[in-house]
Amino acid sequence: MEGNLSSLGFIPLLPLAGALVLGLMHLATCRGRLISERIYALVGCIGPILSFLLAVNVFFALQALPAQSRFLSHQAFTWFSVGELTISMGFLADPLSVLMLLFVTLVGSLIHVYSIGYMAGDPAFGKFFSYLNLFLGSMLILVLGDGPLVMFVGWEGVGLCSYLLISYYSEDRGNVVAGNKAFIVNRIGDFGFVLGMSFLFWGIGAEGFDYLSLKANAHLLAPTLGITVCLLLFVGATGKSAQIPLYVWLPDAMAGPTPVSALIHAATMVTAGVYMVARFSFLYAQVEVAGLVVAWIGIMTALLGAIFGMFQNDIKKILAYSTVSQLGYMFAGVGVAAYSAGIFHVFTHAFFKALLFLGAGSVILALHHRQDIWQMGGLKNKLPITYWTMLIGALALAGCPPFSGFFSKDEILYSALAGGHTGIWAIGVLVAGMTAYYTFRLIFVVFHGQPRDREVYDHAHESPKVMTLPLIVLAVGALFAGFLNLPAIFGGHQQVSHWLAPSLTEVHPHGSMATEVLAIGGSVLAFVVGISIAYRRFAGGAEQPVFTGFRKFAYHKFYVDELYDTVLVRPYRFVGQAVQRVIEPYVTDGPVRAAAWLYRMAGLAFKVIQVGYVRVYAIYMVIGLSVMSLVLSQSLNF
Amino acid sequence: MDQLLLNPGFPLLSALIFLPLAGALLLLPLRGDGACRSVSLAVTALVGLLSLLLLAGFDRSTAAFQFGETHPWIAALSINYTVGVDGISILLVLMTALIMPFCVLASWSYIKVRVKTFMICLLVMETAMIGVFVALDFVLFYVLWEAMLIPMYLIIGIWGGPRKIYASIKFFLYTLAGSILLLVAIIWLYRQNGYSFYIPDMMWQSYGSTAQILVFLAFFLAFAIKVPMFPFHTWLPAAHVEAPTAGSVILASILLKMGTYGFLRFALPIVPDATFLMMPYVLWLSIAGIIYGGFTALAQQDMKKLIAYSSVGHMGFVTLGIFLLNKQGIEGAILQMVNHGVTTGALFLCVGMIYERTHSRELSSAAGIGTYMPVFVTFLAFFSLASFGFPGTNGFIGEFMILAGTFQYDIVLALAAIPGAVLAAAYMLRMLQKIIWGGTDNPDQSWISDLNRREIVTLAPFLLFVLWIGLGPAPFIALMDESVSALLTNLQAHQAETLSAVSWLRP
Repeated sequence: MEGNLSSLGFIPLLPLAGALVLGLMHLATCRGRLISERIYALVGCIGPILSFLLAVNVFFALQALPAQSRFLSHQAFTWFSVGELTISMGFLADPLSVLMLLFVTLVGSLIHVYSIGYMAGDPAFGKFFSYLNLFLGSMLILVLGDGPLVMFVGWEGVGLCSYLLISYYSEDRGNVVAGNKAFIVNRIGDFGFVLGMSFLFWGIGAEGFDYLSLKANAHLLAPTLGITVCLLLFVGATGKSAQIPLYVWLPDAMAGPTPVSALIHAATMVTAGVYMVARFSFLYAQVEVAGLVVAWIGIMTALLGAIFGMFQNDIKKILAYSTVSQLGYMFAGVGVAAYSAGIFHVFTHAFFKALLFLGAGSVILALHHRQDIWQMGGLKNKLPITYWTMLIGALALAGCPPFSGFFSKDEILYSALAGGHTGIWAIGVLVAGMTAYYTFRLIFVVFHGQPRDREVYDHAHESPKVMTLPLIVLAVGALFAGFLNLPAIFGGHQQVSHWLAPSLTEVHPHGSMATEVLAIGGSVLAFVVGISIAYRRFAGGAEQPVFTGFRKFAYHKFYVDELYDTVLVRPYRFVGQAVQRVIEPYVTDGPVRAAAWLYRMAGLAFKVIQVGYVRVYAIYMVIGLSVMSLVLSQSLNF
Repeated sequence: MDQLLLNPGFPLLSALIFLPLAGALLLLPLRGDGACRSVSLAVTALVGLLSLLLLAGFDRSTAAFQFGETHPWIAALSINYTVGVDGISILLVLMTALIMPFCVLASWSYIKVRVKTFMICLLVMETAMIGVFVALDFVLFYVLWEAMLIPMYLIIGIWGGPRKIYASIKFFLYTLAGSILLLVAIIWLYRQNGYSFYIPDMMWQSYGSTAQILVFLAFFLAFAIKVPMFPFHTWLPAAHVEAPTAGSVILASILLKMGTYGFLRFALPIVPDATFLMMPYVLWLSIAGIIYGGFTALAQQDMKKLIAYSSVGHMGFVTLGIFLLNKQGIEGAILQMVNHGVTTGALFLCVGMIYERTHSRELSSAAGIGTYMPVFVTFLAFFSLASFGFPGTNGFIGEFMILAGTFQYDIVLALAAIPGAVLAAAYMLRMLQKIIWGGTDNPDQSWISDLNRREIVTLAPFLLFVLWIGLGPAPFIALMDESVSALLTNLQAHQAETLSAVSWLRP
């Protein structure tokens, strides 16, 4: 049923090898002799680009196979054995993983190229590319892993790289704190992931712990255990993919360099949770309740992210909350068992969100690292390529037909409506309108109207080709990617859904034509309303508003960070301090210290009678002799 | 299992035991610190190389003790010099022999006064430590077990930090007190077994259940203090903080393993019935240690203390694995003993390298050192990740095997153990982040130099093992597999009897 394809192993290996070489080069030269940026850039980009070419090759190899037997695998080496079970470092290419593979390597390569321009002049240029390669290698392990354990290797690897890259500008203390926050919050999520994996292993892992065996044995999983596993795995997803209640790290993660925000915190890593749920669709399809939880958490996160996004002033923060919100859509999709719709949104989102972030990076660089949108304005003449590409990205994000985001978002909303989840659909439409509003708020404030800071404006200049070229390629993707999955109502064949079908356990809801029209109508209406409000408020050049009341509350993100700090972080530290200051010295070590103290006291007591004078000892002797003779006389009966 | 394959050829084990002692004698007439360092390095390196011969000649297909040697020692009391290795001890012997040269290297510039005395202490330690792992005569074991305390006491007491006297006395008395009852148990076993101290003879006998419980308690006290298991661990942070780097490395990597080795070598085979009875309590005590160690480590400002408390947590995982009494658990535990030796040893070496530069073990004074020591923090990052079980490192494999065994035994226990893994990530990252980046108030460290060649050579082999065991642990597990299987087969034979005979004792 499955063939072997040894080139699969090379796909993650190439960037990993790149990371090793770059890391050694950096360490060997960081004490003086510098290697030119060109060499670093060359080494850094070779791995991702070759991986992309290999991925294309794998895609064609897979396409050549009949639909139901599209599995190619490769066991790189035996990792370890637990009891009777042997775990291999195995990779699996099936329609789902290959789709992920294609856009991860493509977007990854583009962002590597972009970074050559963006990071130029950075003192740790080589280190940056080493981390970026390491990230891509880990992400590819995550996507290609043939079982939960191999996925976990990648899962932790991308988390580590994210941590390292958020803290990249470590001179600023805030960035290091942001990195730590990301890692700890992710660790909480991972805790759920590990537990879910353990339960799954405990339940049906004995017969083989790879996806294909698990899928074959999934029906043996007891229903309650099934729900437990699904919910715990989803806890892992809420961490990595920034969902309620663990979304708090992602906006702070924007502290990292902008290419990192584009690659890791928008296009690839944060979608890992969605990928994981889709990967385990054979489990989620068995327990509807778990799916509903996923869908509702997702749509509520979409709403929350959109509310916060409407009131941010930092260009990257707006995009970050938009990512939180869009990830929520994806979970709503996979939650209502429309796995291919969710994955399709992952796919289109990768293009337009990476594009928007890279565009934002181009703006930030042009303005010498200013990120407050209220210092910008009228930039469309100064940065034409950035403007036009970002406009395409914005239209895709806002869900304007026929841009890619429209089709993928519509697919999710339609599935929710057709599946009878009217509440989810209604909130989804509301969020779509809000998305259009905050996206075009950004576009209008940054690019239209009059410059707000004349001096900044005068010094602005368009970015070099190495940065604008990736923008153009991504813009093409953001414009056309939607046509890959054109639904029947527009005369399409839903190629992506059909391609993904063998990997997913999916039930397609059969909605009527009316449902379909209602879904599309709702989305278009929401887009029009959202963009109109944004146009009326911001297109003419508004000034920075002062937030009061609810707006202030939303600007401060409902004070969730402060709440977490008080309710979770402080008590945790307090326990640590209490153990250290009170329990350890007085309770645990108490008996030991007490014993030592008793010995010392006994010593002191006996010391009193050891005075060192002969006359005193003579008295002791007399007393002793008297007692002895008394005892002797008693016992011998004199 | 109770057979000893005698080694007719070159007495390899005796060579490993006595070569360091001979080296110590060789040092006596030497003058000059440099010569003492070089000779010690040569001797320990030679022992390390010889230990590889052990590996080459080791037969993995038998559970018997190999490379056996036996000579009468005190004939009147039928005390013999009997040694041998099996799958349980071989990894520990190898680890001891291979780590010692790096302890010498780590002391190269760290120890500046009384170099000769220090090196003699190290070499005597090595003799005693290798001896403990291969002794098959209980008196020989006990003598070496206690003999080890003296050089360690001196290492802490002479070359230690400001509170060295407090730490060394606490270490000495605490561990000594624990071993007193061990001696009583040994003498009782000696009388039960026809006046023989031969350890394999004592195994798998049918002692009465009350007697077994008493013997188990005696064993437990001695070994639990050595491990150290919560709540008998309070000597450890004090000793680690004050000890010089090499002392900390020996303590963490090798000495602590003697406690867990003791459980495997003595408690399980000699008093199996009592082991079954006590198993739930020891398991929960292990969990308590994992959590307690984690929380305490979280609050530390002193790097050595932090790693010391992390050891309490990690060794909790090891005792957890041992007392699961299933294959995943015990094999995971033995592997984790090696992992902890490699990783924690390396972490102490790292702290030592910082200390040599800043003369402080405070986390705050090392804040942001990564800016000036990129090579160093790369090493440190790998060891920290390994310490909290990052996938791809050795710690992941060990913890995963133990957790898999725990799930097989009792799911509640497993659920209780997992938070420990989260805590481990939290405290290690806290340290790592502080050292690599620090904060805004980093002390001025621009004068600090990165690792020199000797230091890179010291750390590199540890990194090799972190990745080797992390990516391909099979050869390591293959070494112990036969012995662990035999141990479990024998244990299961006893299980049925125990449950019927003294079921009222079960909780």
